[in-house]
Parts: sequence; structure tokens; C-alpha cells
Amino acid sequence: MIEFHLDERSGVSPYLQLVRQVRQALRLGVLRAGDQLPTVKEVVGRLAINPNTVLKAYRELEHEGLVAARPGVGTFVTVTLADSSLAAHAPLRQDLRRWLAKARRAGLDDESIEALFLTTFRTTAGEDIA
Amino acid sequence: MTAVLQARGLGKKYGKHWALTDCTLDVPAGHVVGLVGPNGAGKTTLLNLASGALPPTSGTITVLGGRPGASTAQLARVGFVAQDTPSYASLSIADHLTLGARLNPGWDAELARQRIERLGLDPAQRAGKLSGGQRAQLALTLGIAKRPDLLLLDEPVAALDPLARREFLQGLLEAAVEHELSVVLSSHLVSDLERACDYLIVLVDSRVQVAGEVEELLATHHRLTGPRRDPERLPAEQQVISASHTDRQSTFIVRTDTPIHDPAWTVSQLSLEDLVLAYMNTTARAHYRPVLEVQR
Repeated sequence: MIEFHLDERSGVSPYLQLVRQVRQALRLGVLRAGDQLPTVKEVVGRLAINPNTVLKAYRELEHEGLVAARPGVGTFVTVTLADSSLAAHAPLRQDLRRWLAKARRAGLDDESIEALFLTTFRTTAGEDIA
Repeated sequence: MTAVLQARGLGKKYGKHWALTDCTLDVPAGHVVGLVGPNGAGKTTLLNLASGALPPTSGTITVLGGRPGASTAQLARVGFVAQDTPSYASLSIADHLTLGARLNPGWDAELARQRIERLGLDPAQRAGKLSGGQRAQLALTLGIAKRPDLLLLDEPVAALDPLARREFLQGLLEAAVEHELSVVLSSHLVSDLERACDYLIVLVDSRVQVAGEVEELLATHHRLTGPRRDPERLPAEQQVISASHTDRQSTFIVRTDTPIHDPAWTVSQLSLEDLVLAYMNTTARAHYRPVLEVQR
């Protein structure tokens, strides 16, 4: 079971924050196939948010094939992502570490590194689409 | 789905003063509705009309398909928690529950007992000795245990500290899920309701300024910033809600269903609070004035 949190200042809609927290928990292996998500009533009672916000988030996750609703029982995770994503990408992480060390040696501070990564990320993402 | 609240040209006059004017609304069931507006805008009047406590001066109102207060069955379907969550100071919590059971045909005694227990309240405690948050929870318990289809609450959290406010909304929303309640609650602060509501009614100067599903309102309202421009020269489908100008720049809040392609504008999203403030701030609605004044 996971607990949801909301960041009021993030500018991200509450429904999307819930969706991302489930996806993140799946990637990190905190959630695995068969795990139950908190019920709508539990989430609403904890965060004091609108019930339809939670329903919308769970529908979105269902649509993505990550969870399935069992009527009268609850919403359950149907996939395990952790193995296939982060853990399996140790070599990539190693490369990234080396690259970060190189960037620091080149005199870049944290913000510059982030900016460089983001602009490069966006450029290549744009090229993939085009 | 049937409307929980439907009004057509609804108005209420006290003496010579119109507290609510030409109010037309269609609020569908299954929502938590926020009724927002400054003090004196007519929120309490609208809630009193919906509960049947007041008769309208003009127009019609139907609640859950019936006329408010028309029959005992109608009264049983609508719960009302009045402003400042009133209670009888000299009566105990248990007395309040007994009263609730006598006055309400559909009273759920078990629900009321469990809720008081979960709140950690002593049934023998007099209501006058309770904290503001506890008194609000008692009033909410009475409203929920009546098992209505629609619960109306007038400024329920205005007098509460942040923790009690959060706890009150948690309890209210939990009940809305559990009992499939429709809820209308008023506040003069949209920030109190932002997360809780999925439908919003903005009431200013006795008139409904805007009403609709929060998601749709956020998707159709935009802030445009760009070189100074006369509001008259905006496309007809862009309804100007507010406008402000400097000598070089104009900022508009507009409502439109069509995408904005004009490259002169920087388009940004509005928070719900900004949106409500745009409707509340009537002085900023300078688009009524034909001549633009320079603000620096």
C-alpha cells in the first residue's frame, strides 16, 4: 500500500500528481502486481480532495493498463515495472554518473547541468517526432 | 442524471434590497459544489432558498426534482448545516443525537454513534464546552446521520483553524463517497474549497457570475499577455472577464472554447483562485469602459 501526497505549489493538477505517484512507485518497485491501491474513500479522507479527482486518476491508470478495478473490492496493480526499468538499467546509470563527473570537471554547476540535460533531452525528443 | 439544484430566474428581495437576482443554475448530481463569493453576495440566501427555509420572491427553484420544503419527504432528502455550525450549548452531544433521531425519519443512529466515537468525543459532553472544530464536527454528524441525498453547508470552515478545517473537509468528503451524497458548501475563500470541489458557482453582488465544472472552467479560461490592445479588437468568441493595461502591455483574462493561436499573446493557465478573483474583481473589468486608461 502507498500513501499519496499533494504538492499545492507544483502547478500540477492533483489528479496528475496521483497518477505520477503510482507510476513512480511502480518504477521504484514500491508497488508490484497484486498490490492494492488505497480506496477512494481512504484517499479522500486523507487528502481532503474531491472524490472524482481520485476516480479520474484511477481510471487513467486503468487505461494505461497499470491497474485494474475489482468492483466492490478495490483497485489492484496488474504489472511489475521495477525489474524491467531501473534495476536493469544499471549500465546506463553508470554512464550517466561518468557524464555528470565530466560535466562538473568542465566547471558546470547543478543548474547548468540540468539546463544542458533538459535542452538536449527536448532537442532529441523533437528529432524523434520529426 | 437529474439536477440536484435547478433555478430559473430565481430572486429574493428583503424589503427593497435584492439579495439574489435573476439566478439561473443547473447543478448536476454527484458533485461537491463550491459556492464562492464575498460576504453579502447572496450565498446564504441561495442556500436558504434551496433548503426551503425561505420562499423565493421571483422565479423558481427545484432541489432533487422537488420544491424545497414542500413535503416532509423533500425535507428529509436535504440536509442543511447553517452558518457557524450551530448547536445547543446546554445540551449534551447525546441529547443532540436524540433530537436528531426524533426530528428525522431516516435517522441513522449507528452512523451517528460511530462517528462521535471515531472523533473521540464524549457523548455526555455539553455542546457549549466543545471547541469550534468539535462543534463543527457535531453539526456535520447531525447532517450526515440524517442520511440526506444533498447536504448544504453554509460557510462551514470559515471559523476553523487550519487543522480543524482539514479534518472537517476530510470527514465531509469521506461521507460524500460512502453515502453517495451531493454536497453544496459555501465559502468566501476559494482556497478553502479548491481541492474539495469539482463544481463551482461564483456569486458576486447578488448575481451568479459563472458556474460550471472546475475542470471545464480551468480549460476554457486563459490569461493573455502581450502588446497593448483594445479589448474591442479581440475575436468575438473570446469573452473578456478582466482587462488591465500599462502604456505598452495589455493583460486579459478571457473565456473561450476555441484555441488561441494569435502569436502576439503569451497564453498562460489560471489557477482556480485567479479565475474566481477575475470574476470578483469588478473594478478590473475595465472592458466596459471604451477609453483605455493608463495604469503604471
